[in-house]
Amino acid sequence: MNNKYHPALFWFAVLNAVATFLLIGLGGLVTSHEAGMSVPDWPTSYGYNMFALPIKFWTGGAFFEHTHRLLASVVGFLTTILAIWLWLKDSRKWMIWLGIAAFLGVIAQGILGGLRVKLQMDSLGIFHGAVAQTFLVLVCAIALFTSRWWQNSETEKQDSVPRGLRKHIFYVTILIFIQLLIAATMRHQHAGLAISDFPLAHGKIWPDASADAVVRYNAERVETYNVKPITAFQVELQMIHRLVAYTIFLGVAAAFFLARKKLGGRDALTKFAFFWLILLSLQIVLGAATIWKNKAADIATLHVMVGALALLTGALWWLVAARRTRLAV
Amino acid sequence: MKKSLLLLSLGLFAVTQFAQAGDLTGVISLKGTPPAEKELSPIKDDPNCSVSYPGALPKTKFYVVDASGDLADVVVVLKGISAPSTGASAAPVVMDQKGCLYYPQILAVQTGQKIIVKNSDNCVHNVHTVPKANDSQNLVQMPGGADLTFTFAKPEPFLKFQCDVHPWMFAWVTVVDGPYFAVSGADGKFTIKNVPPGKYTLEATHRKLGTQTAEVEVKADGAAQNFTFEVK
Ligand SMILES: [Cu+2]
Repeated sequence: MNNKYHPALFWFAVLNAVATFLLIGLGGLVTSHEAGMSVPDWPTSYGYNMFALPIKFWTGGAFFEHTHRLLASVVGFLTTILAIWLWLKDSRKWMIWLGIAAFLGVIAQGILGGLRVKLQMDSLGIFHGAVAQTFLVLVCAIALFTSRWWQNSETEKQDSVPRGLRKHIFYVTILIFIQLLIAATMRHQHAGLAISDFPLAHGKIWPDASADAVVRYNAERVETYNVKPITAFQVELQMIHRLVAYTIFLGVAAAFFLARKKLGGRDALTKFAFFWLILLSLQIVLGAATIWKNKAADIATLHVMVGALALLTGALWWLVAARRTRLAV
Repeated sequence: MKKSLLLLSLGLFAVTQFAQAGDLTGVISLKGTPPAEKELSPIKDDPNCSVSYPGALPKTKFYVVDASGDLADVVVVLKGISAPSTGASAAPVVMDQKGCLYYPQILAVQTGQKIIVKNSDNCVHNVHTVPKANDSQNLVQMPGGADLTFTFAKPEPFLKFQCDVHPWMFAWVTVVDGPYFAVSGADGKFTIKNVPPGKYTLEATHRKLGTQTAEVEVKADGAAQNFTFEVK
C-alpha cells in the first residue's frame, strides 16, 4: 500500500487538472456565444486538418469552437501521458484504474463533443457538459491522490471528521451536481434567458407560465442572438434552478458552521469550507448578474466555472475528510 | 381540323378561366408602439463584419414599420385551397449574406422551391437551418465560395436560418405547400396573384405578433383584405 511520492507526477496531474478547468471555461464560452455549430465539420475544421486551420478563419464564434477543440486535444494528450505515467510509477492498483478511467473519459468526451456537432443534437451538449464536470472531479482527485499530503499522511497524526458532517458535505455536493445538470439543461436549450428579471421573475414572485404568458414573453423579447423561443418548461426550470441555488447556499453555510463547531476554526477543512461559502456567495452574485446583463457571455461563463469549482470543492473536501477519518482510527 | 378546333376552344376555355382568377391584395398595419429594436453590438468585436459599418451599427429588425404604421414582413397564406405546390418549377429565391446579415430576413417559399444562399462577405459563414418538420443542415460557406442551395419538402412556418460564427445572424423562411402566399413589403402591402374565385381563409402571421385570420371571398376581379396587428 505504501507508495512513493513523485513530485513530477503530482505536478503533472495538477497541470492536467488546471488545463481541464480552463477547457471547461472555453467550452462554456462556446455555449455562451452560441457558437457550438459554427464549425459544422468534425474532426476536420472547415475541411482542414484541425491543427492546420489558417488563423484567418479563427473568427467570431469559430474562434471559441476551434480553440476549444485545440485545447481539448491538449487535455487528451496530457491525460494519456498521465495514465501511462501512473501505470509505470504508481504502485497502487486502483490508481492505475483511475488513470485508465480518465483516459477513457477524455476519449469519450471528445467523441461526445464531435457527435454533438455532427448529429446537431442539443441534448448531447447537456451530457457533454455533465461529463466535463465529472471528469474535472476525477482528474483533481488523481492530483490529490498523488500529492505529498495524501501519501505521507499515514505517518502523521490525523483528526477524524464526524460522520454527520461528512454526510452533510456529501449530500450538498450531490445537490451541486444535480444543480449543474439543471444548469446544463438550461444552457443547452439555446433559448437565452427564460426569465429576464431577478430577484422577481417576470415581475412576480412566481412567474406566470401559461401559454398566453409565454407568447407574450416571446413577443416582448428583442433577441440579438440566434436563440430559440422560450417555453413554459424553461421558465419553470429557471425557477427550480433558483430554488436549488438558495438551498445549496444554505447547505454550504451550514457546512461551514458545522465544521467550525466540530473541527474548530483553525482546522484546514474549516477554512476550506469557508472558501466554499465564499464561492457560493460569488456564484449567487454571478447568477444574478447573468440575468441582469442579459446573459452576457463572459459573465455566464464565469458562472459555469465557479459552479465547477463549487462541485470540486465539495468533492475534495469529502475525500480529504474521508482520508483523515480513516487514518485517525 | 375538327381536332384543332377542339384544342383551340379548350385553350380559350383555359385562358378565360385563368383570366377570371383575380388578385388578392391588402395592407397590413400595426397599432401601438413595438419594443425598441436593439443594436447588434457584438458586430463591433468582429473586424470582418464591423468593416461594413463605419457609422452606426445595424439593429434588429423584428418590427419593420413605417411612419404611417404599415407593417412589413408579415407572411400571408391562403388556406382552404387545393392547389399542389409548383415549387419544383418555380424560380429560385435568393438569400444573401452581406455585412454579416441576411437579406431578406423574412421570406416565404413553396415546398421544393430552391433557396439560393450567397456569401457577399469576405469572411466565412456557416449556414445552419434549424427546422422542426424538415431536416436540419449545417454547411460552411467560405468567402467567395459557391452558392448553396436549400429546399424543404414539408410546409413549416418560420424555419430558422442561422450563422453560428456570427450569432446575431438569423433569418426565417416560411415554407408553404402551394403557390398562394405573399410577404408584406415596406409599404405594408401584399398581393397574392391569380387566385381562382371562391371562399377561403386568409392567414397573416408576424414573427412576433402571432397569427390573424379572415374569411375572404375572391371574385373574378379579385378581393381585398387588410389586417391590423396590435402591440399590447
Ligand atoms: Cu456569419
